[in-house]
Amino acid sequence: MTSPANLPEERIGVYVCHCGSNIAGTVDVEDVAQWAAGRLKHRGVVIARDYKFMCSSLGQEMIEKDIKELGLTRVVVAACSPHLHENTFRTACKRAGLNPYLCELVSIREQVSWVHTDKVAATEKSKAVVSGGVERVLWHEPLEPLRVPIHPATLIVGGGIAGIQAALEIADGGSPVYIVEREPSIGGHMAQFDKTFPTLDCAACILTPRMVSVGTHPNITMLTWSEVTKVDGYVGNFTVTVCKKARYVNTDLCNGCAVCQDKCPKKIVDEVFEAGLGYRKAIYTPFAQAVPKFPVIDRENCTYFQKGTCRACEKFCPTGAIDFNQQDETITLQVGNIILATGYDLFDPRRIPHYGYGRLANVFTSLEFERLSNAAGPTNGKIVLRDGVTEPKSVGIIHCVGSRDRNYNNYCSVICCMQGLKFAHLVKERTGATVFNFYIDMRTAAKAYDEFYQRVLEEGTLFIRGRVAEVTDAARLHGEEGKLIIQVEDTLASKQRRIPVDMVILSAGLQPRRDAKAVAKLFGISCSADGWYIEKHPKLDPVATMTEGIFIAGCVQGPKDIPSTVVQGAAAAARVLGRIQQKEIALEPVRASINQDRCSGCRICNNLCPYSAILFHEDRMVSEVNPALCQGCGTCVAACPAGAISGTGFSNEQILAQLEGLLMLNLDGDGRMPVKVREAVAI
Amino acid sequence: MTEHEHFEPVIIGFTCNWCSYRAADLAGTARMKYPPNIRLIRLMCSGRLDPTFVLKALSAGADGVMITGCHPGECHYIEQNYKAMRRYQLLKRTLTQMGIEPQRVKLVWASAAEGARLTEEITKLVEEVRALGPLQWPTSLNGHGARPAVETTGAVVSAKEVAA
Repeated sequence: MTSPANLPEERIGVYVCHCGSNIAGTVDVEDVAQWAAGRLKHRGVVIARDYKFMCSSLGQEMIEKDIKELGLTRVVVAACSPHLHENTFRTACKRAGLNPYLCELVSIREQVSWVHTDKVAATEKSKAVVSGGVERVLWHEPLEPLRVPIHPATLIVGGGIAGIQAALEIADGGSPVYIVEREPSIGGHMAQFDKTFPTLDCAACILTPRMVSVGTHPNITMLTWSEVTKVDGYVGNFTVTVCKKARYVNTDLCNGCAVCQDKCPKKIVDEVFEAGLGYRKAIYTPFAQAVPKFPVIDRENCTYFQKGTCRACEKFCPTGAIDFNQQDETITLQVGNIILATGYDLFDPRRIPHYGYGRLANVFTSLEFERLSNAAGPTNGKIVLRDGVTEPKSVGIIHCVGSRDRNYNNYCSVICCMQGLKFAHLVKERTGATVFNFYIDMRTAAKAYDEFYQRVLEEGTLFIRGRVAEVTDAARLHGEEGKLIIQVEDTLASKQRRIPVDMVILSAGLQPRRDAKAVAKLFGISCSADGWYIEKHPKLDPVATMTEGIFIAGCVQGPKDIPSTVVQGAAAAARVLGRIQQKEIALEPVRASINQDRCSGCRICNNLCPYSAILFHEDRMVSEVNPALCQGCGTCVAACPAGAISGTGFSNEQILAQLEGLLMLNLDGDGRMPVKVREAVAI
Repeated sequence: MTEHEHFEPVIIGFTCNWCSYRAADLAGTARMKYPPNIRLIRLMCSGRLDPTFVLKALSAGADGVMITGCHPGECHYIEQNYKAMRRYQLLKRTLTQMGIEPQRVKLVWASAAEGARLTEEITKLVEEVRALGPLQWPTSLNGHGARPAVETTGAVVSAKEVAA
């Protein structure tokens, strides 16, 4: 058992938390505290206490009082995960005049009481965990946090409503914002919608003024038709490379008159904005109110680019803005923080072949219906069948398509119930058709949502509880000819039903963007098993990520409706503004450093560092770590054959001491696991 | 009935702060269950794992070691988990040469979302090590029983400790 030289002077306090019954229900916390006070006394433990809620102000005050009155030099708290409360207890130590880094929080909740059921074994493991913490804390050194300046500019990736909200909040707060959008215009999915539930205000009416504000705001730089290709650096000082694709339109000259779009002879099905229901030209803006107003030329479909002739747009452009020689541009941005608001993709209902989408003409996706019912859409808001003229007399709306289904996505997509109700209302209002909604459970849990459900019920929409088995055009019964038949088990009436309708709308779920994983990798954050980005804490820190300086907002974090998306956009902006206002951020002082007297100059560490933080001094033949570049992974520490590199916060001594503590080598001196412990574990 | 039925192995788990430690947190939050035989040590990265930590754990009483890190390509520090992977391969060969069953040491990738995977892997390793029985340090190295072999590896670690 190794001991630091100053062991005899150390005075350690051990604090074991009950966490109500969360820990105390499985671990005998009094026993753990008493054990630590008795068996770890020779390791410097002078006091060990248990308390109901150590993180409460009373619990913290108890620790502070002990530090002052008993002269504690180190503190070990056995409670929840350090990811939750490490800072709480460090701050308490700091208030009592102890360097915060002389406190160690060990987890006996997430790693013991919540995952084990055997009380005796859980109590014994808790003792081992506390013992590991005591040994580790003996090797802690007083440290100061690293202070990093925050660049005042912010990058927002994604120009949907989440990104727009965040951009406006930050820009109004007086800081510069870059907003990068992959499509030619900002607006996102919301720009495609007709009405928004439950108030039924038109999406464009509430969204486009905000888009215009983004476009004209002096603090916002818009980079549309652009994508982030590279991210370097860290919180406070990211260097972001953006590829600005060639528009083939000189935006200094273009006045947005749209003559080019009228004159372009090439019509293409618009799979993005019109969801495949309408056409656009080869030179286009996705919609009339697009921001910016400048069109782009779709090179793949442009007659000039493909065949070398045409140039109609160039000929008719009144300002001479068309520039076929434009090249993709690479732009480098310096930003302090990044907000990812890249949204979602609609679940592709082709994956459920028995619902007939793509095979049966009059089966529509929710996004197609949005375009159909949108006054600015391809039918000018007329709800008609795929033939473009016939009004449906009966419509079936199927909920939970691709959601709450173990074959596709297990999660609830949150918006589909309300979306289905909205569609029911719009169909009824505009066509008077009979509307059936097929649902598993009706989920209308938000302000004024259930009232909207009641309203749709009163309007006479029919609700059938049951997951639809099939949508088919194979008529079996009289009256089914020429119709789409919805086969469903009505679970309230306990019978099988076949319901013939003219039109089927699939209330498809939301899923992560196709490239969500690649984008997560680019920005150094993680995805959940479903592919949504993981927040730092699901309840208390929903817009931050584990990577400092990268925030998330909107559906990229999980399915949500527009109000919640706006809330997250604003929340992420508030976090960023707070950072900018503080001008600097305190980071964990976990860094490597090289003892140059021990360095043999072998240079093994040089190539291991992914940040090129290790310099080699040719003159003195030694390596040195640049602390500004070092991120503290510790790979070089592990690799140095001379043991010349040490890592603060995670030194060899700290790790090995914790290891010996966990194995209870501190209880007796013969260097082996005491037999008693083995027996205890065996129970 | 196997001979090791009542043997409870002690496993030391090294976790990465960004993925597997969070997976362990998630396993807790979701109240998943795994045997209490494992005790975790948090590192900032699997790349921080000095292979001698594993030898030290085994020589100091652990019967098995689990090394966990982010999935390849998902390292918080770009690519350091690849270094952990290479060291793990070398370590396994070293263990074999020392006469220790290499199955006692296992490398597991677990993202922050994979509490279930970590739970499953811990449970599996505990059972595998239980089946192997207590770690017996080979006596063939010098013919004088187990202790010198332990001290040999101990010396490797202590040399490093002194140097560091």
